[in-house]
Amino acid sequence: MSAVNSPNAGPLSPVSGTQAAPSFLASLRRVLQENIRDYAMFIALFLIMAFFTYTTNGLFLSSRNIANLLNQTGYIAVLAVGMTLVIIIRQIDLSVGFLSGFLGALAAIAMAKYGLPVWLVIPMVLVLGAIAGLITAYPIARLGIPSFVASLAGWLIYRGLLLVVLAGTGTVIIADEIFNAIGNGYLPDFLPIAPGVHTITILLGVLAIIFYIWSEFSNRGKKQAYNFEVLPMNLFVLKLVFVTAILAGITWILAGYNGLSWTVVIMLIVVGVYHFITTQTVLGRHIYAVGGNPEAAELSGINVRRIIFIVFASMGFLASLSGILFASRLRSATPTAGTLFELDAIAAAYIGGVSAAGGVGTIIGSLIGALVYTSLTNGMNLMQMDIAYQYVIRGAVLAIAVIFDVMTRNRAK
Amino acid sequence: MDTPILEMRNITKTFPGVKALKDVSFQVQKGEIHCVVGENGAGKSTLMKVLSGVYPFGDYSGDILFEGQVQKFTSIRDSEHAGIAIIYQELALVPELKVYENIFLGNEIKNRFTINWNETIKRARQALDKVKLDVNPEAKVKDLGVGKQQLVEIAKALSRDTKVLILDEPTSALNESDSENLLHLLRDLKVHGVTCIMISHKLKEVIAIADRVTVLRDGQTVITLDAHKGQVTETVLIKHMVGREIDNIYPVRESKPSNEIVLEVKDWNAYDPQLGRTILRDVNFNVKKGEIVGFAGLMGSGRTELALSLFGNAKRYRVNGEMFVHGKKANYTHPQYAIQDGVAYSTEDRKAAGLILIQDVKHNISLANLRAIAQRGVVNENAEIQVAEKYRTALNIKTPSIEQKVSNLSGGNQQKVCLGKWLFVNPNVLILDEPTRGIDVGAKFEIYSIMNKLVEQGMSIIMISSELPEVLGMSDRVYIVSAGRITGELPIQEATQEKIMALATN
Ligand SMILES: Nc1ncnc2c1ncn2[C@@H]1O[C@H](COP(=O)(O)OP(=O)(O)OP(=O)(O)O)[C@@H](O)[C@H]1O
Ligand SMILES: [Mg+2]
Repeated sequence: MSAVNSPNAGPLSPVSGTQAAPSFLASLRRVLQENIRDYAMFIALFLIMAFFTYTTNGLFLSSRNIANLLNQTGYIAVLAVGMTLVIIIRQIDLSVGFLSGFLGALAAIAMAKYGLPVWLVIPMVLVLGAIAGLITAYPIARLGIPSFVASLAGWLIYRGLLLVVLAGTGTVIIADEIFNAIGNGYLPDFLPIAPGVHTITILLGVLAIIFYIWSEFSNRGKKQAYNFEVLPMNLFVLKLVFVTAILAGITWILAGYNGLSWTVVIMLIVVGVYHFITTQTVLGRHIYAVGGNPEAAELSGINVRRIIFIVFASMGFLASLSGILFASRLRSATPTAGTLFELDAIAAAYIGGVSAAGGVGTIIGSLIGALVYTSLTNGMNLMQMDIAYQYVIRGAVLAIAVIFDVMTRNRAK
Repeated sequence: MDTPILEMRNITKTFPGVKALKDVSFQVQKGEIHCVVGENGAGKSTLMKVLSGVYPFGDYSGDILFEGQVQKFTSIRDSEHAGIAIIYQELALVPELKVYENIFLGNEIKNRFTINWNETIKRARQALDKVKLDVNPEAKVKDLGVGKQQLVEIAKALSRDTKVLILDEPTSALNESDSENLLHLLRDLKVHGVTCIMISHKLKEVIAIADRVTVLRDGQTVITLDAHKGQVTETVLIKHMVGREIDNIYPVRESKPSNEIVLEVKDWNAYDPQLGRTILRDVNFNVKKGEIVGFAGLMGSGRTELALSLFGNAKRYRVNGEMFVHGKKANYTHPQYAIQDGVAYSTEDRKAAGLILIQDVKHNISLANLRAIAQRGVVNENAEIQVAEKYRTALNIKTPSIEQKVSNLSGGNQQKVCLGKWLFVNPNVLILDEPTRGIDVGAKFEIYSIMNKLVEQGMSIIMISSELPEVLGMSDRVYIVSAGRITGELPIQEATQEKIMALATN
């Protein structure tokens, strides 16, 4: 967006499309400089992955580990997506960790103890999650109670409820194979053409790449039609090649193990739907407007209370999805499920670039944030690092990410 | 003439995509009142921010000479230290702190480790005396009116050893008498040797007070005029600012209002639970189709509160009374229903309540009417771009692109974005609260012309304005509001400044 075609003068020279093409490196440097915030997360993720690949002699980047890493990311990413919207509207929700644990336990009990079928249990738990979100939202939207306090109350309550429902039994084992497949299963392969290669995954990867390239070109065309600045052609191609290489790489790595897992599919669907909502729809615009300036939003005819209810309901819904993913992954419900999930989700969202001042943040950013966060955990585990140091390093990365974000934002002013 | 106290030489300042100042040179003599005028986005505020170190040395090119020395301010602190104080258009006081705390904020009077509050209060009294402001230094700033807050800001500047005082549109939010007061004070300071630089769009006060006037246009100095040589008149100023002459800044309207009543309000009362008092009492008025109704009154007389209470009552006052829109009883519980019903309100406080500053121009313009450019909840971005471009052209919004963040626009251009947002809603009844605050003469003329066109097409406009000439120049009828009541209604033929003022203060 802020790529400029002017070669001479400093970074502040005015826009001008008529000058001779700048040298490739000069314009690359400049685009990176001006969009450092947008690219930084990707670069950070890349560096972290490269680092762990090096320190683990390539183990980190093995098909098996990447598949595992993505499955670990699932339940955090899903929470981070919901949390992103919550933070965008200047609120916070601390209750979601134990809410997800509690709802996961309810699902397990409903199946194990009452023998309810999985197709009934899952929608039921998802609806309960959304209702829980509405309940958290009520004091915030209606009575103006700070969300920190309202959701802290929820944190305590759901933690208590989780212990209550598991009190008699302790850990509840889940026997239902369909349910367990959500966290452990992989897409079936219909057309095996080569041994050890998951064809459907390759197919989906190719489709994703085609879609990506198509959307980039159509976007560029639109911008040019309105005379907006676009990347110079050589950089544009570089970007396409780069992203395509990454998508192809991920596809190839995944296809080499079991292919796409159901967790990854669910995570991608959630990210896709939320990305669409936040970037393309009226609702998304309203959410950002409420975060940017609630008073102006209200006076522009946006029902701020309604937006708060919607965002918290979505958060509750995703908390419950996260609970299902986690319980399914462990094939059981435990009394500690959900512990600290909310803080992991908040950290992922902040690493991904949301701002506590409200109105700023993207779904893709939070997905990357979640990947950064789980890559750290996963990589340090592979290195067999002491858990105590792991916390310190995760904390340092969070601090660096947020400091970097704030500093580049100030400079942009 | 003696040597200038301040000189800016060949200042150039660029933002991404915009050259805000191009080689501007500017001289101020010691002890003069020097006004800076120019269209919205001409670069006035930017020039003053360069001078006061908001944009530090190295961020611009050119030289600043103060008292004969080249200065390289790296922050506001540096310029304050040198004796230059700037008062922004948006007041920078902390509302929750007391007057004396505000005056010495960042400049605390210390004993060894603690603040010497007694000395602080004493010195605050002296500073308040200098600006002839009679308030208790222990009052909280938020309890003062804007006019008094403005004076507190000046007291704050004077509490340090200020030689040059810069005021960026100090009177845009003040009523007539507060403005008078302020101008009086500036003359007084001049006698005491303080040099003032004032930016203003109110040419009358520029003419009244300036020793010299510098006109900026498109980031360049056009001319510096000397009032003592009789060079400063309204026509001359406008000609240099806009580049053409405007004879009558209130364009004539062809149409007459019809007799059809569009909006009628009966026995309207409102109680503000937060303030704990009644803010509107027995308000009755009506608006006809194709009419511009002016609402005059002092600041704080309750006109904004009236508008807010009618427009979906976002502040949640306790309201009773009746409101009819097109003869139908209306009971809006949220601004969204008012908008759906064709009633819109453009706020007086664009930064706090009008704009999403972190978003770009196009998102702000489309915000209140997204559904018009959406299919099944999905925004059509091409349509949005067209809409934004349309209003950018119609209102002559000065911005490098509609993808520019609104916070980067000049004050007047932000105001135009606000107006654009409501024009896009295209309501039947449009309530404009101080629509031309901070807007230059040329753009005012354009906005008045647009208002006329809308009214000719059958829209009705309620114009809340503290600028009496504007009320008299544009309205078909005037209601005067004082202390939450309507104290008078005058057809435009009978309205005069004196009559309105008399009713507004009774
Ligand atoms: N932070 C910024 N980033 C980008 N552009 C800016 C920034 N600040 C100002 N500008 C641009 O610089 C130009 C001059 O702005 P400036 O605020 O100095 O105008 P002004 O003369 O004070 O206008 P007004 O009368 O409307 O207050 C405008 O075109 C504006 O869009
Ligand atoms: Mg300005």
